Amino acid sequence: MSNSIKNLTLKIWRQLGPTVKGAFETYNVDEISDEASFLEMLDYLNERLISDGKEAIVFDHDCREGICGTCSLMIDGQAHGPQRGTATCQLHMRKFSDGDSIVIEPFRAAAFPIIRDLMVDRSKFDRIIESGGFITAPTGGAPDANLIAIPKPVSDAAMDSAQCIGCGACVAACPNGAANLFTGAKVAHLNRLPQGQPERFKRVESMVETMDEYFGSCTNHGECEGACPKEISVDVIALLNKDYRKAKFASRKDLAR
Amino acid sequence: MLRPPSLVNVTTIVKPTPKTRNGQDFFHSPKLSGVEVPRWGRSRSTVSGQSVCSIRGQGGRQERFKGIPMAQAVSSQRGPVTGTAMRSRKRRPFLLDLYSTAVGKKYVMAVTGIAMMGFVLFHMIGNLKMYLGATDLNHYAKFLEELLYPLAPHGVTLWILRAGLITMLLLHLHAAYSLTVLNRRARPVKYQSARDYQVATFASRTMRWSGIIALAFIAWHLLDLTFGVVNDHVGTKDADGLKDVYGNVVFSLQRVPVAIFYVIANVLLGIHLFHGAWSIFQSLGWNNPRFNKWRRTFATGFAAVIVIGNVSFPIAVLAGVVGN
Ligand code: HEM
Ligand code: SF4
Ligand code: FES
Repeated sequence: MSNSIKNLTLKIWRQLGPTVKGAFETYNVDEISDEASFLEMLDYLNERLISDGKEAIVFDHDCREGICGTCSLMIDGQAHGPQRGTATCQLHMRKFSDGDSIVIEPFRAAAFPIIRDLMVDRSKFDRIIESGGFITAPTGGAPDANLIAIPKPVSDAAMDSAQCIGCGACVAACPNGAANLFTGAKVAHLNRLPQGQPERFKRVESMVETMDEYFGSCTNHGECEGACPKEISVDVIALLNKDYRKAKFASRKDLAR
Repeated sequence: MLRPPSLVNVTTIVKPTPKTRNGQDFFHSPKLSGVEVPRWGRSRSTVSGQSVCSIRGQGGRQERFKGIPMAQAVSSQRGPVTGTAMRSRKRRPFLLDLYSTAVGKKYVMAVTGIAMMGFVLFHMIGNLKMYLGATDLNHYAKFLEELLYPLAPHGVTLWILRAGLITMLLLHLHAAYSLTVLNRRARPVKYQSARDYQVATFASRTMRWSGIIALAFIAWHLLDLTFGVVNDHVGTKDADGLKDVYGNVVFSLQRVPVAIFYVIANVLLGIHLFHGAWSIFQSLGWNNPRFNKWRRTFATGFAAVIVIGNVSFPIAVLAGVVGN
């Protein structure tokens, strides 16, 4: 059974470009099905704006199934909106009620400059990945499946971290604009697996140092975990810190480097 | 990563130099120089289903970007592409090297925090002696001055401990300051609408304030009971010829405003520790599903013990339990 949500008031951040001053503008959506996703609601609004000859609201999105990490948005002061473990594209209007007033702001961080309206540039994450979020492997013939034995709990833990879709909600939600959850997830993914061992400590040093250039520091608020659409646990931050310490303190002859 | 070919505008490709830095790099990639390669951080960015380029020509574009596809306008602000490579940064002596990143600074915060937690705990336990009477407390103070005597001369061990604590405090303060500067810079433009915090606590978001008030308290405390600048009783001897520490405490805490300041400062210290004593485990990478659930209990318990112990002293003095 589908119902509809009536009389929504949207306060949406409009900004023409990276260096232009922006401001909130208010829009009304008279009626929208509660089966519509949040982004469909914005599509609907945009169609109206376009047919009125006005500028459409620019926002990021791609897969709309919670796997690509392109969608963003601070909805009522929460990254990806009020539903835990859900990306904006998977948030549905049934989470809201008649007469609600919703505030939509772009993710804000020095590392995520606004491109336009609600769209931000998250390429600083790419800088972190480039500095260590990979493994170096010979590109020979495909190896046999299961050639490298990995204990099930280890592979599960690595896959939990690998779920990170790089959306940047952790940075957006963090009061300090820190990227430790993202970087921690990437480090935990590779450093837990045998394939990641040769570059393990170099990776963590390199990624932490790159992260430092653009992002804030972790105060262990835990806000990132609460905002993460993949519910990546702050445990990965502890692993990041541990491997960073080992990279600095342990005998380099014993470390894989 | 998908790059729209029409936007890629590579001018020179310098051949990869097969140089290994200290024989440590595993990975090399072509260095692109003088290149402006627009990069899509995201695979596709659209305006409600229209591709970005299709909104070109709509009115109201920003002057600077007129006629430029949005992706290029954006990419012109990004640096040249460096390719994937683990960096080999020049290393400083390892402790300085550690302290040069935010993660390293948090190690310093945590280690100095633990040292100060140890101090605060033993300080509080020692002060409980005031419930046993003046003789006990004054002899305890004498014991502290005579620590390790005759191995070390009078008062030396105590001063070594004090110097250690002051160092810890200064390091903690410096790390707190530089991380705060870093964090401010990481979000120069604040959110323009109200944030709705889900996990962050009052304690975690007020670390700076609770810390600064703790600092003010420490300064007052030293002027009061150690140096006697604001305490006329300091310098008096008791019947055994020992420093009358008991009398100093009673003199100080009988002043109601001072007692109130003691209570407020210690409650704030408790709030600082409610978050801090949990946070140290994360900062030091001590995370293990076997004991994770005890971290919260430890922090709450530790903070509670400190607050109850320390707050009891001014109350006991004002109530006349201590001092008669
Ligand atoms: C000089 C005054 C102080 C200031 C300005 C201060 C400030 C801070 C700040 C800002 C943090 C959070 C850092 C971050 O994560 O970004 C912090 C953490 C902490 N503080 Fe303090 N603090 C002070 C005194 C103390 C004292 C006296 C104690 C102990 C009795 C203490 C124990 C801790 C602990 C255990 C942490 C957690 C460290 C971690 O997150 O790993 N602090 N302090
Ligand atoms: S850790 Fe979570 S919130 Fe952060 S980028 Fe990855 S998926 Fe997004
Ligand atoms: S659009 Fe792909 S995760 Fe939301």
